[in-house]
Amino acid sequence: MNRIRTLFADSAVVAKRNLIKIKRVPEVLVFVLISPIMFVLLFAYVFGGAINVPGGSYREFLIAGIFAQTVIFGATFTGAGLAEDMQKGIINRFRSLPMSRAAVVVGRTASDVVYNVLSLIIMAGTGLIVGWGIRNGLLNALLGFGLLLLFGYAISWVMAYVGLLVPSVEVINNASFIVIFPLTFIANTFVPSESLPGPLRAFAEWNPVSALTQAARELFGNIPPGTPAPEVWSLQNPVFYSLIWVAVFIAIFAPLSVRRYQRMAAKN
Amino acid sequence: MSDIIEAVGLTKHYGAIKALDGLDLAVPEGTIFGMLGPNGAGKTTAVSILTTLTIPDSGTASVAGADVFDSPGEVRSRIGLSGQYSAVDEHLTGFENLDMIGRLYHLGKNRSIQRARELLDRFDLTDAADRPVKTYSGGMRRRLDLAGALVAEPPVLFLDEPTTGLDPRSRIELWHIIQDLVAKGSTLLLTTQYLEEADRLADRIMVIDHGQAIAIGTSDELKNMVGGERIEVTVADGAVDTARSLLAPLAIGEIQVDERSRHLIVPVSGGASVLTRALRELDTAGVEIRDVTLRRPTLDDVFMTLTGHAADDPAEGGTE
Repeated sequence: MNRIRTLFADSAVVAKRNLIKIKRVPEVLVFVLISPIMFVLLFAYVFGGAINVPGGSYREFLIAGIFAQTVIFGATFTGAGLAEDMQKGIINRFRSLPMSRAAVVVGRTASDVVYNVLSLIIMAGTGLIVGWGIRNGLLNALLGFGLLLLFGYAISWVMAYVGLLVPSVEVINNASFIVIFPLTFIANTFVPSESLPGPLRAFAEWNPVSALTQAARELFGNIPPGTPAPEVWSLQNPVFYSLIWVAVFIAIFAPLSVRRYQRMAAKN
Repeated sequence: MSDIIEAVGLTKHYGAIKALDGLDLAVPEGTIFGMLGPNGAGKTTAVSILTTLTIPDSGTASVAGADVFDSPGEVRSRIGLSGQYSAVDEHLTGFENLDMIGRLYHLGKNRSIQRARELLDRFDLTDAADRPVKTYSGGMRRRLDLAGALVAEPPVLFLDEPTTGLDPRSRIELWHIIQDLVAKGSTLLLTTQYLEEADRLADRIMVIDHGQAIAIGTSDELKNMVGGERIEVTVADGAVDTARSLLAPLAIGEIQVDERSRHLIVPVSGGASVLTRALRELDTAGVEIRDVTLRRPTLDDVFMTLTGHAADDPAEGGTE
């Protein structure tokens, strides 16, 4: 059989297996969906009053940031899923089968997009309730959701590599918090980056998460009229800058993850 | 007779631990080869290398005519592996597990479904076929795991400690299944830390300790290495002295006699033929026999003699 066809067929089998798990363990999904709702409510009602967004409403500003944070958190499922498969010995079963050598990771990253699709739907609903809106046309909004999912997919590959490196699910959960919290908080996700002190502001401005958030705000039409244009190139061209990072993450971590999977020492 | 599994000089280190230290292996087609050793002896490492999961530091190996390092893909399409820790997905049903494995062997949709049904039936799992595996008992999981190794009807099977942790009844059930498999012509490499299991299933047994083969042969050959075959006979009242003098010519050492229980222990060599002779002599002389056995050394004795420690005594660097 043709290699590419084998890759797709085998990845589909692996993805289907992962999706069955979502169905059988709905508890996981409940937490995936509840945490973004919690974030929306916390920030909108607890911190919202204290954070000032020039010229607009904080809730309108907030939602795109939470979208960005959520798709990145969603991507950690990829790492946790692979770490769990390794711990339980299923990876060894897969590795002893004559299947495509990339299918386990390709199938995993693909099936994890489903988590993000579901959380985006729930969050968009919650957002609409607290006062967020789509104000730049449906097509742009769909592009916005597409970009968020693509970015989450790219981060999935980073997490796949980490998941194959670490010895257990607990480790990856802790490790991803250490990376993801600064990445999603030192950004324009929850506060305008202009409000941050010098070095943090520079980090926030070039942080790909900021570009993703900025792109989503533009595509959803959540930037109040009269807001001055961003000063840095990354935020002036947020879609393009986000896509560069998507390409970089996938180009580096997809080959690394597949290689790691192939070379992984069998656990005794 | 051609060897379907061959390995020469396999060496593997994990950090400072030498898991395999120059292991050679040859398994003729259609036989059961048992690797017997304690935890940490290197059994799992050897299986991992032969099933392409681990690359050794040095050595060569081929399975079913394909080189393990140059053509791992071909090896994978000709083997089935069932591991020490059941590698079945506990969120999938038994049917879904086997169907998935069939698809990944590229058997196609119809054939995968058909094989899954056949195997569930053969392994007595049909009633549980549509239940998630997490509701299965330990014995059921092992049977499903073994079924997974058989989906593509591979010519070579690797079973890494297939009965570790099972209760005696499930173990005996699994033994029947394994014996049945090989009767159908598969070649099987089996690792175990149970002497009884190797004794019962394997045509040839390799005793492995600290990553090295320390003895290899049939169960009988290994027992003969240790020697110590003996006839133990209990005779009727007053016949002890007669029995002792009749059996003396057959003994290869001193006969031990317990007068009170009228029990004689006669060291011999030659197995069943010596026993027949002994019985004939005693019977002809009219000695009434209450009980008689030919005692041979167990694999436990073999293990103790060869390694200096008991089989269930974990070696250093054990993984459990």
